[in-house]
Amino acid sequence: MKIREILRVLDARLVWGEPLLEEEVATACASDMMSDVLAFSKEHTILLTGLINPQVLRTADMLDIRCVVFVRGKQPNQEIVDLAREYDVAILSSGWTLYEASGKLYESGLKVE
Amino acid sequence: MSILKDEFPVAAMDFVAAGEASGKIKRMLKKLGVNINVVRRVSIACYEAEINLVIHSRGGKILLEVDEDKLTLITRDVGPGIPDIPLAMREGYSTASDDVRMMGFGAGMGLSNMARNSDRFHIESQVGVGTEITMGFDL
Repeated sequence: MKIREILRVLDARLVWGEPLLEEEVATACASDMMSDVLAFSKEHTILLTGLINPQVLRTADMLDIRCVVFVRGKQPNQEIVDLAREYDVAILSSGWTLYEASGKLYESGLKVE
Repeated sequence: MSILKDEFPVAAMDFVAAGEASGKIKRMLKKLGVNINVVRRVSIACYEAEINLVIHSRGGKILLEVDEDKLTLITRDVGPGIPDIPLAMREGYSTASDDVRMMGFGAGMGLSNMARNSDRFHIESQVGVGTEITMGFDL
């Protein structure tokens, strides 16, 4: 699934990442615990989270995650947007909860490989 | 003769900078042309180690050495040391504070995740002195 489609499925706002919209992703990982993301996420994944701090972007960078979706309507601050630009990670903001956003993506075909 | 040798200081409780050293190491390895799967494993292990230094230690450093056929990451801190290593290695066990958990860390997965991502893992610790972790990766 392309990041552009994730944006549509999640009725999300693209905070940053226009150049990454055509990137393909294979699966998703949903967690507010970055320790668990580091321990359990797979390759070519996106990250859905309600946690909002710079460590989310650093975790994404370490795992080569190209797209982070902040759920529950959370809006990242400028520091986070700057890190996203530096690490080349698209950031989206969606009003759905973590559970709802995960369900919508799963239903749209973004499964666990 | 090693291809690359470098060290990175890590300050205790500096959450803003936490992860910067691992990011630098990741980019250095990519530039060197190290296999991307190895870079991914090193990055995960290094970031876990760096977060541990920030949240648990009184400060320390990460040493990186790249040879023709292997890569070594060593973290060395100045305390407080780990009293019970097998307990600390157990998945889900953590002594992290609520503040650390609010940052998304402290799930008790760090040490085991380092061991899982490295080809060789060795930890030594002395209470009141410090902890040294050595992780080896085949190239």
